[in-house]
Amino acid sequence: MSAPSSFRIRRPGRLAAEAVTLLVAAVVAFPLYWMVLSALKPAGEIQSTDPRPWTLSPSLDSFRRVFEQQDFGRYFLNSLIVAGTVVLASALIAFLAATAVTRFRFRFRTTLLVMFLVAQMVPVEALTIPLFFLMRDFGQLNTLGSLILPHLAFSLPFAIWMLRGFVKAVPEALEEQAQIDGASRTRFLWQILFPLVFPGLVATSVFSFISTWNDFLFAKSFLISDTSQSTLPMALLVFFKPDENDWGGIMAGSTVMTIPVLVFFVLVQRRLVSGLGGAVKD
Amino acid sequence: MTTPLDLAEKRTGTTARPAPRGRVRAPRTARRTSAWTPWLYLLPALVVIGGLLVYPVYQLGLISFLEYTQAQVSGGEPTSFKGFGNYTALFTDPQFWQVLLATVLFAAACVVTTLAVGCALAVLLTRVRALPRLVLMVAALGAWATPAVTGSTVWVFLFDPDFGPVNRLLGLGDFSWTYGRYSAFALVLLEVVWCSFPFVMVTVYAGIKAIPSEVLEAAALDGASQWRIWRSVMAPMLRPILVVVTIQSIIWDFKLFTQIYVMTNGGGIAGQNLVLNVYAYQKAFASSQYSLGSAIGVVMLLILLAVTLVYLRLLRRQGEEL
Repeated sequence: MSAPSSFRIRRPGRLAAEAVTLLVAAVVAFPLYWMVLSALKPAGEIQSTDPRPWTLSPSLDSFRRVFEQQDFGRYFLNSLIVAGTVVLASALIAFLAATAVTRFRFRFRTTLLVMFLVAQMVPVEALTIPLFFLMRDFGQLNTLGSLILPHLAFSLPFAIWMLRGFVKAVPEALEEQAQIDGASRTRFLWQILFPLVFPGLVATSVFSFISTWNDFLFAKSFLISDTSQSTLPMALLVFFKPDENDWGGIMAGSTVMTIPVLVFFVLVQRRLVSGLGGAVKD
Repeated sequence: MTTPLDLAEKRTGTTARPAPRGRVRAPRTARRTSAWTPWLYLLPALVVIGGLLVYPVYQLGLISFLEYTQAQVSGGEPTSFKGFGNYTALFTDPQFWQVLLATVLFAAACVVTTLAVGCALAVLLTRVRALPRLVLMVAALGAWATPAVTGSTVWVFLFDPDFGPVNRLLGLGDFSWTYGRYSAFALVLLEVVWCSFPFVMVTVYAGIKAIPSEVLEAAALDGASQWRIWRSVMAPMLRPILVVVTIQSIIWDFKLFTQIYVMTNGGGIAGQNLVLNVYAYQKAFASSQYSLGSAIGVVMLLILLAVTLVYLRLLRRQGEEL
């Protein structure tokens, strides 16, 4: 980790750099701090024209309001179901596809890879219109399936592209060895390759999790009449009205929505960084 | 492509059949598998992507050539072919050009700012000890992880004219950031940079770490300034990484939707903050002009396709093998 750094011995320079680093970190962290703080402030302090960066009487009123007025628990669960399904399905499907494009040479392989790259550029939002009609024709409007399926499709190209590097990194010799030892291809795939590529799968799943968890355009467009199928971003915007925002509620809802992603990020951050390195270098 | 029968046959064939050895492009290792195995592995991915991505793109193109409004959706009127009618209507609408220009300029501003901030902080990270580095990394991961919707609501609250701390701190009174066109764009830009610089910072930092330290030491011993080291040593060596983060940022920022939609409440006063994506959505779902919305979608698709082709050419030039 620590590279020999004899060239950065100018001490005052380093102290200044460290001060700047900490200052930047404070600025970057401030919005999140303010979000949690505002969620905990009692009603009177939020709608105050003299906002203070602390509170002496934290209360859970805003959270209570969010979960009682809005069926937030249910929306939370819905969001979790959608994101969880997409993450699991896309990890499995992308793993198979990435294995195919890295471990085999076949016709149209390069064409396919270019197509996966091009597919990442497709503006998801532009496809809302045709997807709306597609979901309507298949009777999927107002169901969680109408969110799961498109997000699965949109997260796959990137997942495949990123996993490629991880699959490639597993030495071919290992596969030969497994063959010599008599392992079938399926067995090699699931018992040897899969565990080795798993860190990559985790890194990749962050992206599909986030894009699915964050989505509110599809939710807004496809879940028109059945609010029991609603997801968190939609529910959050109920509190978001011009001129009479319930800021306490919005911040409490935002906190509830942000925490799972933060937890997920913290759990995988080490793998995320190495995963990105792998994807970029490759 | 492949029939179930084919697949069933190939599945049993995978273990039993000897390798088709005669192929010219045979892999380095001789495999005891049929040529269909990769397609079998690819099948689920291709089905999903084909049905929910490729087919909708085709539909998008199709709708953009039709007359498709509320009347056609409810089945009251038959759909009729309009040829390039929707595109003519779009290209003669001055608002479209205004939105297109705003989208390009705004995306450019976001990309440049994000890259500048991300790279500067990545370099900064290499010059500090472990603890400050960890603190900034954690803060950046927090910003990165924040969903676009909540990031937007929080930033709007921070800059709220009545209750926000920023106006108080800067002594701006009840100045409304979302009222003016440029201040609203500036506010969205700040949020976008906040949540997208961490990707650049982390990636570039990892890249700098991979540069042999002797190279950087040599440059420092020769008396090069930090800026000079970045420009003449780091940037050229990091070129492949910089290309990736730049293109990735262009694509993200050009497709921006949530931030604009939430922070400017659907495109700002009288649509002053519209970008293409929001514009298409408003045309289609707010005013039921589905064919016009689709035409805007096609325009976006073509622009991003052009960006992608540039990306591919750059990758090729670097001699990367796909």
